[in-house]
Amino acid sequence: MTSTLSGHKQSPALAVEPDAGKRKLSTSKAMQEAISQRMMRDESVFVMGEDVGSYGGIFSSTTGLLDRFGPERVRDTPISETAFIGLGIGAAVEGLRPIVELMFADFFGVCMDQIYNHMAKIHYESGGNVRVPMVLMMAAGGGYSDGAQHSQCLWGTFAHLPGMKVVVPSNPYDAKGLMTAAIESDDPVVFVFHKGVMGLGWMAKNERSIGAVPEEEYVVPIGKARVAREGTDVSIVTLSLSVHHSLDVAEKLESEGISVEVIDLRSLVPLDREAIVRSVSKTGRLIVVDEDYQSFGLSGEVIAVVAEHDPSLLKRVSRVCVPDVPIPYARALEYAVLPTPARIEAAVRDAVAT
Amino acid sequence: MTPPTTQALTDEVRRDLLGTMVLIRTYEEAIRLVYYADKKPAFDIGAGLVPGEMHLSAGQEPVAAGICAHLTPEDALTATHRPHHLAIAHGVALRPMTAEIFGRETGLGRGRGGHMHLFDPSRHFSCSGIIAEGLPPALGQAFAFQRQNSARVAVAVTGEGAANQGAFHESLNLAALWQLPVVFVVEDNDWGISVPRSQSTSVASNADRAAAYGMPGVRVEDNSVEAVYAAAGEAIARGRSGGGPTLIEVHTLRLWGHFEGDAEGYRPDLKTVPEHDPIPIYRDRLLRTGALDDGQYQSMQKSAGERVEDAIEFAKSSPTPDPLDHLSYVFSEGVHS
Repeated sequence: MTSTLSGHKQSPALAVEPDAGKRKLSTSKAMQEAISQRMMRDESVFVMGEDVGSYGGIFSSTTGLLDRFGPERVRDTPISETAFIGLGIGAAVEGLRPIVELMFADFFGVCMDQIYNHMAKIHYESGGNVRVPMVLMMAAGGGYSDGAQHSQCLWGTFAHLPGMKVVVPSNPYDAKGLMTAAIESDDPVVFVFHKGVMGLGWMAKNERSIGAVPEEEYVVPIGKARVAREGTDVSIVTLSLSVHHSLDVAEKLESEGISVEVIDLRSLVPLDREAIVRSVSKTGRLIVVDEDYQSFGLSGEVIAVVAEHDPSLLKRVSRVCVPDVPIPYARALEYAVLPTPARIEAAVRDAVAT
Repeated sequence: MTPPTTQALTDEVRRDLLGTMVLIRTYEEAIRLVYYADKKPAFDIGAGLVPGEMHLSAGQEPVAAGICAHLTPEDALTATHRPHHLAIAHGVALRPMTAEIFGRETGLGRGRGGHMHLFDPSRHFSCSGIIAEGLPPALGQAFAFQRQNSARVAVAVTGEGAANQGAFHESLNLAALWQLPVVFVVEDNDWGISVPRSQSTSVASNADRAAAYGMPGVRVEDNSVEAVYAAAGEAIARGRSGGGPTLIEVHTLRLWGHFEGDAEGYRPDLKTVPEHDPIPIYRDRLLRTGALDDGQYQSMQKSAGERVEDAIEFAKSSPTPDPLDHLSYVFSEGVHS
């Protein structure tokens, strides 16, 4: 493929959340399509990371891209996350649009300085004079006995640190539109995909990991939550795989006359505070479901949003998160800490009991 | 690898090298005066016109002058927490640079960065306050230049302490693997704050480490600006012509403390340090050989003094940022939500 560089071309306005149509894709295929369509249009976009080439990404985020775009634009890297994430930063500063994969969110420990001290801060430190239009995508989440170092979500950690947008899609439609928006963004975007929403053939999956996706390019604006299901009795504010579980619970409880609203945050930064307040204003009962660790993270933040707005809105509030322990290996233990449908259902029943 | 033989330089090049060093020293002396002026009688690091940590580069001017003489504004340069000499030598404008150090709205980063975080996109100049972490972004700049099929290079500067960081080794490997047009420069000033290199580094020369990554490595002794100039010229030409990266280590001199306020009680060579000041040594040599005359030297000093004074006056008279504007520039659009 060509190795010549043309600068980033701002696309003609892309459709914003168009009708989904009938064609169905898995989340991983939707992500691949978003990247591929951007790469076709924009020479400045390239992909880099461990095993993103012929393997196609360990969780199939880049399948087929090497064949289509060649090794100049789809680059396998050494296992040197500091070096190649930093390389992405410098390339972005010089006008390219890198999509860099950190294989597991859990691996940030070996490269966090580039992420939070460089990628996230250069724009601010330079008074807005230097932009870092880069996507850092990473797999997250557990449920398949991968142990304490390969099962974490950690999105709350990235969201805590200023200067990066943090996007966490739950389904194929949003994954494509959010990836397109992330590539188009002039700011660094951390794109966290839960392995359980990718629709992989080698992992148990919820049927919602395959869904209707338009063929055309479109964006899902970063920072806008989605009402995944309307309800009146209780609001579940959640994201990623936990959206699937929450919807399953909501469907089950509907027959008992319990009406559950499910809010899919879709991004942590920016956080759609209005959508949270709007839903809780309606239901008065808030359950935050988050597969990240419970303390000092997203769940507390969501509750604080409502409390700061109007604490009297909160008739009931609770959290279904991973308690503050490393993710255990043994299946029985792991499923004791994950926010399973059973735990979510119990929380809903408890919330509506009073 | 032995350093390349110093080519016979023209007198004009020699005067330019000295002129750059004089400008840098004049600048650092002025910043030092300003820094201490309002921190008396008790030193308070957070007080005064220029607050915060201040890492001045006096003694290390030969590195900046020798390298940057080969660079164009289209080449990239990443520096460390001690960045002023490199910024000045690479042509970063003194007014906005100084305003940034003073924390003013007219600064390179509108007062959001400070002296360790100087970014000048017009010179592709940046620096990082984190040891060795400026190297990986330099790889990316070189990667972009390589993809443009251009002859542009990226120069990444660190101290000898940084050569023991993982980022250094990851960066050397990746640069060599992808044959990126990068020149790595290690400023060996003998001290990682208070720890001498004998207590930090397993090899006598960091240039030896280049062999581990399959790239040329060269060590320049004696803080010689002409030897730096020769080594950098060869390395930069290699990068420009597609020959991949080079590692250069320069044995330089930290004339002052790690940061201002550092009493350097740990330093046994404190009394003899001024004897090794590279600027009078080089000046005297040029005077002796006839490459420079007194009049030329005086006008060099005068011009440097005027430029530095102008920059400091500009900074002092510039507005401070509006405190209500503290959320701007987190993202490229809008205010942090």
